[in-house]
Amino acid sequence: MKSIVPILTVVAAIVVIWYGAAVWMNSQWALDQAGRAEVELSFGELVTDTLSQERPRLPAPHQVVAELWDSTVGKSITSKRSLVFHGWITLSATLLGFAFGTGMGILLAVGIVHSRAMDMGVMPWAIASQTIPILAIAPMIIVVLSSLGVTGIIPKAIISAYLSFFPVVVGMVKGLRSPAHMDLDLMHTYSASRNQTFWKLRMPASMPYLFASLKVGIAAALVGTIVGELPTGAIRGLGARMLSGSYYGQTVQIWSALIAAAILAALLVGIIGIIQRNTLKRMGMAQ
Amino acid sequence: MSKKPVIEANALDLTFETNDGPVQALKGVDLAIEKGEFVSFIGPSGCGKTTFLRCIAGLEKPTGGSLTVNGMTPDEARKERAYGYVFQAAGLYPWRTIAGNVRLPLEIMGYPKSEHAERVEKVLSLVDLEGFGKKFPWQLSGGMQQRASIARALAFDADILLMDEPFGALDEIVRDHLNEQLLELWARTEKTIAFVTHSIPEAVYLSTKIVVMSPRPGRITDIIDSPLPKERPLDIRDTKEFLDVAHRVREGLREGHSYD
Repeated sequence: MKSIVPILTVVAAIVVIWYGAAVWMNSQWALDQAGRAEVELSFGELVTDTLSQERPRLPAPHQVVAELWDSTVGKSITSKRSLVFHGWITLSATLLGFAFGTGMGILLAVGIVHSRAMDMGVMPWAIASQTIPILAIAPMIIVVLSSLGVTGIIPKAIISAYLSFFPVVVGMVKGLRSPAHMDLDLMHTYSASRNQTFWKLRMPASMPYLFASLKVGIAAALVGTIVGELPTGAIRGLGARMLSGSYYGQTVQIWSALIAAAILAALLVGIIGIIQRNTLKRMGMAQ
Repeated sequence: MSKKPVIEANALDLTFETNDGPVQALKGVDLAIEKGEFVSFIGPSGCGKTTFLRCIAGLEKPTGGSLTVNGMTPDEARKERAYGYVFQAAGLYPWRTIAGNVRLPLEIMGYPKSEHAERVEKVLSLVDLEGFGKKFPWQLSGGMQQRASIARALAFDADILLMDEPFGALDEIVRDHLNEQLLELWARTEKTIAFVTHSIPEAVYLSTKIVVMSPRPGRITDIIDSPLPKERPLDIRDTKEFLDVAHRVREGLREGHSYD
């Protein structure tokens, strides 16, 4: 556990900076209020006030933590005020989109590696697709799909897949092409079919690349889902929590949804890391 | 003994088209390899010895002349599983155990599952790797990995073993040991072996026939039938016969070099 010291050091630094910023950013409002009430604030009173406002510009860490605690442990998970409830809405769309994006990414990569036409034809479009701002395209996807009668989890999952397929394509193309000439020649001397070469050589060789891509992909999938929830007036999901927070100036709510999303992303990436370690170990490829 | 050569090349040419123009890798190669021979190809880099081996394996396409393996084209021979190929590096697949790597050709060629374990065990013992089947390649030394790759080439019933500088990356002590083992294995299995090397002692020690090649264009300058007996302890390398052959190989190599 040698890594715990540097991690805690960084966390402590962030918390200190955060508190400092909260005092600084919220002091104007506190001073205005005091001015209107014609009272003088001592420095201690000012700090206390800036860290306990109801709608601060920047909520203090302990306010966010309290809100997180209250909206996860403190609420029934079926409640509309529960972050677990909203988190699950976002998570389910993320997982669906991630599965869809990963599947599509792998299929595209297989096509690109095996067909020169696809290599020339698909890759530029895959790259171009990622240069379009997702914020611009997300509402269109949702509007188009809902006019086709597709609503609910599917449109969000598609946006999430749109972001997550790309790292998988790039990683898998590289991974499927990673076998050395000699490895391929060996297959050739056995008169192996393309199918056999794929399943016995290219696919296993690409595993380390796949997992690296999946880690990027699942984080992208989560971002995609949240973006899909933001501009569409969704009422459920972490994105909707952030949006409604911003409507009502509930900065504490925005920040707690933000932190919840970050924790969720860390958990997802962590889970993939564990699967990666176990799989590669079982394959004999762990270092 | 019917004297139909196992491998026969007549006026074999191979020209690579490169960006700097055509490169003649092989020119007018005539060679016949009989069944059960141990033939070494020796020469400086660029002399086409590996290219010739790859032609036999059907990994390169000759541009002229004829080449037959067991009376067939190299491609047909490959489909008939005529040969096993051992590369310069062991090239074991890291996600497969040693047994899994040796089993690979059996799986691809569709040998019945019931035979796999027995065959794997048999060839692993041929290369002195009994008990290492469950290890992964990275758990073995370089020499052991190369032995496993030889086992892999022996796992199916190929009569010909094509070896492309298989011990080139190993240190001399390991190399001596593997050379000894290879001769033993050759005697026991009666395979025909074509062996590429750039080491004169290795070529002379192993071979019944030594093919000396020279570069630009790649061609055969000398073919030496070794007078050494089949039974060869390592210290045969200090005998006069051995040194005479080595001398002739060296002369052949020098002649090739004076060309340019």
